[in-house]
Amino acid sequence: MQTRILYEIKGMYRDDFRITGYEFGEGENAVCIVGSSRGNEVQQIYCCSQLIKKFRQLEEEKRITKGKKILIIPSINPYSMNIQKRFWPTDNTDINRMFPGYHLGETTQRIAEGVFREASEYALGIQFTSFYMPGEFVPHVRIMDEGYSSAEIAKLFGLPYVVIRKVRPYDTATLNYNWQVWNTQAFSVYTTTTSRIDRNGAGKAVLSVLNFCSQMGIVKYNAPEVIASTVLYDTDMISVRTAKSGIFESLVRAGEKVEAGQPVADIIQPYEGEIMETLYAPVDSKIFFIHDEPLTYANSAVIKVVKEPFGVK
Amino acid sequence: MVDIITSVSLPVDEELQIKRNRLMPEMCSGTEKRISIVTGIHGDELEGQYVCFELQRRIMEEKEKLSGIVDIYPAMNPLGIDSITRGIPAFDLDMNRLFPGNIDGNMTEYLAAGIMEDVSGSDCVIDIHASNIYLTEIPQIRINELHEAKLVPLAEELNVDFIWVHGASTVLESTFAYSLNSTGTPTLVVEMGVGMRLTQSYGNQLTDGILNLMRKMGIWKGDVKRPRNPIVSRNPDDVCYLNAPTGGLFVPKVHHWEKLKRGEVIGVIADPLHGVILDEVKAPADGILFTIRDYPIVDEGSLMGRLLRREVYE
Repeated sequence: MQTRILYEIKGMYRDDFRITGYEFGEGENAVCIVGSSRGNEVQQIYCCSQLIKKFRQLEEEKRITKGKKILIIPSINPYSMNIQKRFWPTDNTDINRMFPGYHLGETTQRIAEGVFREASEYALGIQFTSFYMPGEFVPHVRIMDEGYSSAEIAKLFGLPYVVIRKVRPYDTATLNYNWQVWNTQAFSVYTTTTSRIDRNGAGKAVLSVLNFCSQMGIVKYNAPEVIASTVLYDTDMISVRTAKSGIFESLVRAGEKVEAGQPVADIIQPYEGEIMETLYAPVDSKIFFIHDEPLTYANSAVIKVVKEPFGVK
Repeated sequence: MVDIITSVSLPVDEELQIKRNRLMPEMCSGTEKRISIVTGIHGDELEGQYVCFELQRRIMEEKEKLSGIVDIYPAMNPLGIDSITRGIPAFDLDMNRLFPGNIDGNMTEYLAAGIMEDVSGSDCVIDIHASNIYLTEIPQIRINELHEAKLVPLAEELNVDFIWVHGASTVLESTFAYSLNSTGTPTLVVEMGVGMRLTQSYGNQLTDGILNLMRKMGIWKGDVKRPRNPIVSRNPDDVCYLNAPTGGLFVPKVHHWEKLKRGEVIGVIADPLHGVILDEVKAPADGILFTIRDYPIVDEGSLMGRLLRREVYE
């Protein structure tokens, strides 16, 4: 294992800003794995830390395929993590909306460029990322629908779902989108949580990356038999929306199977404690995403479900 | 007449309401032109607040001269303005990346769609921004090159100093102005002043321009001032960007909108801990400084100014 500072900015009163990369193996640039890009992505940095531990062991045991190099960048934004702020400390910009970056541009454009200069040299790219809404997910891998990445290869992660995302204008400045523009097959891994550590969720994510790397011939790892992933478009998910704002009380968890008509959450009147609204599962389905903050707003897609079995009308 | 154009209940005993004040002649024929003045999409940009006030104050002084509809939308992001937050609080989302919205979408998309529905169909929309808290801008209008032919003639009436026609970008397709322009409602984006502050002289300058445009459109019959002749830039190479080569304290040495010679010192980046100058920021070409940094702390890469090359205005 080699550690290397991939990008650095001199701090004024803070310590210098550093992005540290961990390299394993030697040879062709096989896979780059990126952890947290926002200050609250604690689960994402944790997943990378567990992967680094595992790859270190694999390297010591000579189980990294000869001629394959792996780069892991646990965080591209330690400054924001250290002050517990989601976006860049001074101007609140999102590094994951700055790719491919610009070396003469503003601070976060420069950081993005510094990361992308390294990361875009790899054949495969994996990013642990998070959703803008707080909530718990079924672990899954996402790819963009307009690109270079293949759903068949995404299935090699062995996660329950591969979600193909329709590209929106604001996606075009993300790491995932730009990776594939520059001919890197890009996969975003969504683990269960964001701002708190879920060790089981992280374990599944770590295992999925090891499955993937093993099947792509990058490491030798005795992965258990992978489950067959369901491939769906993000538009295939069915949203369960609130009509009221109030206290959100979930009655189910991500990954749980529910029957049509089953109560899945209540919205409580915050002064009087009455149930203002009960949300019901619209079809026999699996809970794919569930909001996990105590308050919710009206019109919010607090739950997303995937019809079960998927593909059956 | 103040109307609520869209609203949503918040969790604890509060309703988020987006309001519009409509000014119109006492007698309407139904064929009046409509101008919409929109501001407050970014909650930390307040220059437009003064324009909303001043424009109405002047109209009300000579109300009989109003011959069309003026819609004032002072606070598109009311939670942001009232909490000194640029984006939409709680979501940490830039509201100007949510358009055209979705009436069946989440709260923020729903609000954006409600705004679009109400503003669409205006004969002209002025979307007033105030840069951000870091940079001060000379009064200017920014136009996507896709909509240049329709918008530059309108912008020339608005009494600004500078019209900047910029390249198209996919990311900007989710802005309020792009969404309206691409669906046939002409929308001009004004940038002027600085975030969290008022620059009354700029507000008065733009108000003069809005009244002038209203007169051209047949919405106002009162006297107006002849607009100044703006500099128009269409070439990306017209503008030089001054990014900090190192972090520190930016101490400006020149004024905004000052004509500079190549090599002239614009400011220094100082190190207050050691009492030394880390870098001198020099003009990369002869030109005029239309953006200058207001917030003194810079990181490496922070924008300190933008310079328009002399060839564009001479």
